[in-house]
Amino acid sequence: MNNSIYEKKSRVIDNVVHVLIQLSTFISVSLLVVIIGYICYRGIPHFSFDYLIQTTSILKNTVGILPNIINTIYIIVVTLVIACPIGIGGAIYLNEYATNKKFVNIISFTTEVLAGIPSIIYGLFGMLFFGGVLKLEYSILTGSLTLAIMILPIISRNAQVALQAVPKSYREAALGMGSTKWYMIRSVLLPSAIPGILTGVILAMGRIVAESAALLFTAGSLSVLPKSLFGHLFSSGGTLTIQLYLEMAKAHYEQAFVIAFILILIILLLNFIAKWISNQFDVNKRG
Amino acid sequence: MERSMLSILAHHKSKSTVEKAAAIILKGCAIVSIIAVLSITAYMFISGTPALFKVGLTDILFGQVWAPTATHPEYGILYIILTSILGVFLAIGIAVPIGLLTAINLSEIASKRVRKVVKSAIELLAGIPSVVYGLLGILIINPLMYQLELFIFKDSLTHQFTGGSNLISAILVLAIMILPTLINISETALKTVPDDYRKSSLALGASQIQTIFKVVLPAAKNGIMSAIVLGVGRAIGEAMAILLVAGNSVNIPLPFHSVRFLTTAIVTEMSYASGLHREVLFTIGLILFIFIICINLVLTYILTRGDQHE
Amino acid sequence: MAKIQARNLNLYYGEKHALKDVSLDIMENKITAFIGPSGCGKSTFLKTLNRMNDYVNNVKIEGEILLDDENIYDSRVDTTILRKKVGMVFQQPNPFPMSIYDNVAYGPRIHGIKNKKELDVIVEKSLKAAALYDEVADRLHSSALGLSGGQQQRLCIARCLAVEPEVILLDEPTSALDPISTLKIEELLMELKNKYTIAIVTHNMQQASRIADYTAFFLVGEMVEYGKTKDIFSLPQDKRTEDYITGRFG
Repeated sequence: MNNSIYEKKSRVIDNVVHVLIQLSTFISVSLLVVIIGYICYRGIPHFSFDYLIQTTSILKNTVGILPNIINTIYIIVVTLVIACPIGIGGAIYLNEYATNKKFVNIISFTTEVLAGIPSIIYGLFGMLFFGGVLKLEYSILTGSLTLAIMILPIISRNAQVALQAVPKSYREAALGMGSTKWYMIRSVLLPSAIPGILTGVILAMGRIVAESAALLFTAGSLSVLPKSLFGHLFSSGGTLTIQLYLEMAKAHYEQAFVIAFILILIILLLNFIAKWISNQFDVNKRG
Repeated sequence: MERSMLSILAHHKSKSTVEKAAAIILKGCAIVSIIAVLSITAYMFISGTPALFKVGLTDILFGQVWAPTATHPEYGILYIILTSILGVFLAIGIAVPIGLLTAINLSEIASKRVRKVVKSAIELLAGIPSVVYGLLGILIINPLMYQLELFIFKDSLTHQFTGGSNLISAILVLAIMILPTLINISETALKTVPDDYRKSSLALGASQIQTIFKVVLPAAKNGIMSAIVLGVGRAIGEAMAILLVAGNSVNIPLPFHSVRFLTTAIVTEMSYASGLHREVLFTIGLILFIFIICINLVLTYILTRGDQHE
Repeated sequence: MAKIQARNLNLYYGEKHALKDVSLDIMENKITAFIGPSGCGKSTFLKTLNRMNDYVNNVKIEGEILLDDENIYDSRVDTTILRKKVGMVFQQPNPFPMSIYDNVAYGPRIHGIKNKKELDVIVEKSLKAAALYDEVADRLHSSALGLSGGQQQRLCIARCLAVEPEVILLDEPTSALDPISTLKIEELLMELKNKYTIAIVTHNMQQASRIADYTAFFLVGEMVEYGKTKDIFSLPQDKRTEDYITGRFG
């Protein structure tokens, strides 16, 4: 028997596994580097400011994605306006009011299901229900209603986590001073949970910006400038991703890459903001 | 001192109205998710079943010819279903080892700094739009596959060249797309394994790698299973990224064949389909939906089983 | 005979000087107890004996610890072999989430024993040595997490014995247990010392006086006094030791 602790065992398998682990990590990270690098390499040379503020027009002989940018903003705003109250309200109910465990379980299960449904199914449902039954046709409103359901799980889950993180003592203190429950929620709970809720909203924005399959058959792909602020809700409008898909399908790769470049910038920015908010949140917690 | 005018009974009524209204409205918000799931389910079945009766269950599910616009249209989607199943299965096969090993590195081995960098990279990878993956698939993976195809089939007289738009390309794109899901959820699962297990394994003279594979991974297996199941769900539902990459014609799913998935079948033809053809597309949607529901049930089963163990 | 010799051991957690110039000998086939108030460094010292402190961030160790005259902090040391020789039982009973059998067989398997019959023998022997066999003989293959706290701790001792260590380190092994389980473990240790060298951290002074042959008293990182247990408890040389064992602080 080996009796000295000085004789190192050779562990071939351990070493091989170590190499595989590092290799896998390298692959995962280098994928991102390649993706972003390639998009910048192909996108930046064709990027111009004009492209951002022009409309594609054969008459004027211009190309641009201004309408798509506006459509994207429209869809983000309208979707969030619909989804935030519902998602946050639902989270408040589950966290503060619900007493029936079975009911809570059912809602958690359905939220889980909603998170698992692929966007193409949302697209079909939105087209049938909002577009067909509610007769909204291909419109920004149809797209937003569809996406609102899709992002509901992101918003409500993040809101729930944020609410759970609020110390019980805050609630007791407020209620103990004679505040009603709803007043306590408005004045104490929500302000403390805001950073967590906002993180969810930012993540949801990222999801909306990136979405394509659910929008193709709901918001459509038109790219024209809005004629009126509210009227535009009822007109078809393609977002940046949809426009990217159309350019790609037509093999206009240069324009596709410019849009891809812009999308990556937006995603980076949203990611950065989400990180920043959650860092702020951590500091508050420590203090 | 004068007796306070504030009775504990006063104002009770008006305040309680607000309170009650708030409770009811909030409950309504919570119920939206139930309503949404029920209506999506209902609409998928209502729109997806008629074609099943008109064409016949076996003719759709097991038919091998997809010719919806022919004079005598045929709506067999067997190859489409097989493509989705096989494609997802292989994509998982590629992504799980890479994802799991990366998660192990993040949770068990890497230094704080490496961890931070890798985590941020994975988060970004998760946020990249599907269409962008599709674009890169067409311009990076397809040309590479075409080279491979030219090399393998250079003497073949029967092979139909796809220009690289084939099953392998689609599988690679899917594998990349589900990596973030796999890594994030597996890492979370590994992190929840109590440190005590690691300490006692090491104290028994196990190496770090032995500890990870013999104690930590088994203890985290429920979480890792959920990661895989969610990865399957993500892969089977993906449409835009593989739409153009896979070549998009209905064929037997073989590596160098151009193929069509359940999702891409819907996207490709929905814009112009009408009548029975359109109804069959909804049937494809229904089949996809049923797959997803099954995956969710499996997931719930895994998670509740995990709870019972503790 | 000294099994382990600590020589001028200093340990730092970052800036904090957690062990100050500790030197002591741990005798073979005896029970040595480390006592002292919380945070005095007794657990830290125990962990240096099989290098479990290696996993703490920012830790720096100076001096040497000799196990059979070999320095365990030498760069040539294979910690897995070291820990095979110097086993450890923790404060919280921490069986793996596996069957009782697999828990005990874990160590031997790690060290290369695959043969089922051989493993059966080791498992039975270790469980018997830990005085647990009779209680679990009919459910070896059910989950270890179903055992009571005291049984779990004896299982952890059996798990530790299964790799045939020479030294067993115990970090407050009974602090999470009820009095009856504690008594069982103490009896067990008294028996085990015939075969093994045992070092135990405890904050229970009665426990130290009941079972230990030697006792070392630690205070803020310093080893204040070390000697035969009966001497330490009856004739403490240092005022601080006397204050502690008479309950004036701690």
